[in-house]
Amino acid sequence: MARDSQAALVALNRFGFGARGGASGDFLNAASDPRGFVKAELGRSNGVLLEVPGLQSTPALGKAVFDYQFEIQQARDAAAKSAAPPAAGEGTSPRPEAKGQRRNPSLNGIAMEMAPKEPQARPAENSGAMASAETMQPNVPKLSPPPLNIIQKTFRAEALARLQRAVITDGGFAERLVVFWSNHFCISASKGGPARMWAGSFEREAIRPHVLGRFGDMLRAVEQHPAMLFFLDNQQSLGPDSRAGKNRNRGLNENLAREILELHTLGVGGGYSQDDVTALANIITGWTYAGRLGRLGAPGSFVFNANAHQPGAQRVMGKIYDAPGVAQGEAVLADIARHPSTAKFIAAKFARHFVADDPPPALVARLADVFTRTDGDLKALAVALVDSDEAWKAPLSKMRSPYEFLIAAGRLLVQIPNDPGRYLGGLNVLGQPLWSPAGPNGFPDGNAAWASPEGMKLRLDISAQIASRLAEGIDPRDLLELVAADAASPETRRTIERAESRQQALALLLMSPEFQRR
Amino acid sequence: METTMDCCDDMRSLVTSRRAVLLGGASFAAWAYLPKFARGADGRDPRLVIVILRGALDGLATVAPIGDPDYAGLHGSIALSSSGPNAALPLDNFFSLHPVMSEFSRMYREKKAAVIHAVATPYRDRSHFDGQDVLESGFAGPGRVQSGWLNRALEGLPRGERVTSALAVGPTTPLVLRGTAPTVGWAPVALPQAAEDTAMRLLELYQHRDAALASALKQGLALDKAARGDDMKPKPGAGGVAAMRLVARGAAKLMAADDGPRIGALAFDGWDTHANEGGAVGRLAQLLSGLDGALAEFERGLGPRWRDTVIVVATEFGRTARINGTQGTDHGTGTVALLAGGAVNGGRVIADWPGLKATSLYQGRDLAPTTDLRAVMKGMLKDQFGLAERVLAESVFPDSAAVKPMQGLVS
Repeated sequence: MARDSQAALVALNRFGFGARGGASGDFLNAASDPRGFVKAELGRSNGVLLEVPGLQSTPALGKAVFDYQFEIQQARDAAAKSAAPPAAGEGTSPRPEAKGQRRNPSLNGIAMEMAPKEPQARPAENSGAMASAETMQPNVPKLSPPPLNIIQKTFRAEALARLQRAVITDGGFAERLVVFWSNHFCISASKGGPARMWAGSFEREAIRPHVLGRFGDMLRAVEQHPAMLFFLDNQQSLGPDSRAGKNRNRGLNENLAREILELHTLGVGGGYSQDDVTALANIITGWTYAGRLGRLGAPGSFVFNANAHQPGAQRVMGKIYDAPGVAQGEAVLADIARHPSTAKFIAAKFARHFVADDPPPALVARLADVFTRTDGDLKALAVALVDSDEAWKAPLSKMRSPYEFLIAAGRLLVQIPNDPGRYLGGLNVLGQPLWSPAGPNGFPDGNAAWASPEGMKLRLDISAQIASRLAEGIDPRDLLELVAADAASPETRRTIERAESRQQALALLLMSPEFQRR
Repeated sequence: METTMDCCDDMRSLVTSRRAVLLGGASFAAWAYLPKFARGADGRDPRLVIVILRGALDGLATVAPIGDPDYAGLHGSIALSSSGPNAALPLDNFFSLHPVMSEFSRMYREKKAAVIHAVATPYRDRSHFDGQDVLESGFAGPGRVQSGWLNRALEGLPRGERVTSALAVGPTTPLVLRGTAPTVGWAPVALPQAAEDTAMRLLELYQHRDAALASALKQGLALDKAARGDDMKPKPGAGGVAAMRLVARGAAKLMAADDGPRIGALAFDGWDTHANEGGAVGRLAQLLSGLDGALAEFERGLGPRWRDTVIVVATEFGRTARINGTQGTDHGTGTVALLAGGAVNGGRVIADWPGLKATSLYQGRDLAPTTDLRAVMKGMLKDQFGLAERVLAESVFPDSAAVKPMQGLVS
């Protein structure tokens, strides 16, 4: 079959996480059958699941975090009672020396002497990236870090599993879909202990099983997941006329209902009113998760608390919902999942993510049509995108997000992480901390956000750091063949060939338009 | 794919273990690679440091053949001169040293520094990567060699009763020191920011290919400078003058220790002076002053061990004899190697000078190489560590029997 290098770039970068290094043959495979290369991962629905030994279910993680927080609280209470100085925060009693941390005093002396006299201009520079201080001399003697608590450990294990999958996966289209939907239905790990604990299991349980399934199923799984209920405060929401609402001086919280309509389904301007928000908020009162004591069910599992549920019928988008219990909310979700506004909103967002900040209107219309006709079949939506001509003809104008950039670099340089630290640090530096967007609308998806002046300078620094650590022993000219082959521009080729060192050449390759744009 | 992954995991654990050795606390005592004569009757305990200048140093701007009638014309506006406010420092009645290299000049007068001119590796093309491969691998041509001549030299040393590993300075081990003999790694605290040169090259690429990224990066660089407040302040990157001293100071201190590494290797970037190279002042002058400062740091930091030390400064190739249209020089061939250290039999410029007449230039462009850099390295390894000529010709620099070790480099 004829090779089409430009199409290979589209297949690898627009739809995937970029070519892998080593002997993967990704570029050749993508060039010989670009559409087939992209679609290959869609045939295996189970391949989207992330089942890694050691990763636990949301209830198990919930129980662990509730117990942990309870212990901390008890310790605090005890400390307060005895009026003793409070113990170190988060229950981490720092041990002065962990074993295996012997240090040579004379070397530390040197290190101290060598430390820059002035504080770093930007602490961010030292805080990680893929080339972190880990391979460097420690600057000054410091206490060994306290052991990680259960929340930190869990977050790192979940992050590691996701990063490893992204770096080794074949083309990456399925993982890109996971990231897209996970960002669409985002929670933020910075909300607090349970959110951090559940960030990974939320994605594994509510997103992944439905990425090639139905939108309506994903919607229900997401809105009933403890992580989302916690993130948008629904566990606190009480129906005003419910038993609990009448007994306690608390009431409705509209947060989740509003975001369901505004961000998750219909979109701003999707035809809903404040009354619809309030009605939906009433409808989903009682959607919560069982707490530490497990009165309503297994701790950390989704439960419907009838005591908190606002009784009676409600009208949403002109339709009356009068089913009792949890079925009332499920019926609303099922209906708005197939609302025309939802189809339009999702189609536009999908095309904007994969094709262009201003996607071709005809493409958006076609995707919306597919969404409607197939009753929100997300695999059909993905296939329709790949089958469109627009997706292959549009110029590669989108900037890779920091996550896509770091994963692409990891794939090219075959850096399968066995510790998530470098990647997490790099994501923090570049403004896309994993599973922690600033708001419920997720990370931005436009070039303005990622091709900013400061962002570009930081990307360059991180590229230089990656290169200084990994360029020895590789030939950047070979890597350019893996990245773009003859689709590389002559200017990029020349810039890399003329670099004065492998390190410089690799940094320039990672920053080249061929690597940054998708 | 599978094997590559394995390789990289290994690579990482290697980094970790090197670090563990260095930070582990006990000592460098882990492997027997120290010449038997160390601390022998004469008390000699030799040290060797290889400094690689990446980017191809302009040898004619570093040690200028001011006595050559064609030099001034070829090097034009950036030629050094023996008169004027920034006069070059005379080494003999033919060669003069770049004026910023006062420390090297002093060492030279003390006969503890020497220059080898019109020198080159066997590589005759103009790619930095391939040139660096040849320089560091010790093979006659570029290829997929995964070990360096300095590591193989280490392996060829007679095993002594004391033990040590070689020191690789920087976040990774340079090729010259990679191989089966053990190394320890060290890097100064300051993480490299992207060098200004890298940023400028990227900006140029963007200006041709991606206007939006060009504009963003340009603004980002400007903002960064404004935030720093002082454009001239050296950055912590490998190319900065202050950073070069910092690196040398740390390496010297490690190598001065009684149980410290006897052999070290490090690299300085930034020598690819295509444009605005500068002459007595300017960009190259900045770099050379950093190199000069680094040599002084080694002298100071090695203390009593400086007496038995040789530092070899080498680059992958030289630059064109004639300056180009942008006041710089392009990739050339012949260049200089510098030796410094208490063990150097110095005060000499060693050169079979080919001359700079148009007909004498290599390919009509470059200083013609008349000395094989391998002869210098072999001579120094032989004198400093007693490596046998056969080992040097077969395993350290494979297939190099025809290149005889240079005599008398070490006093």
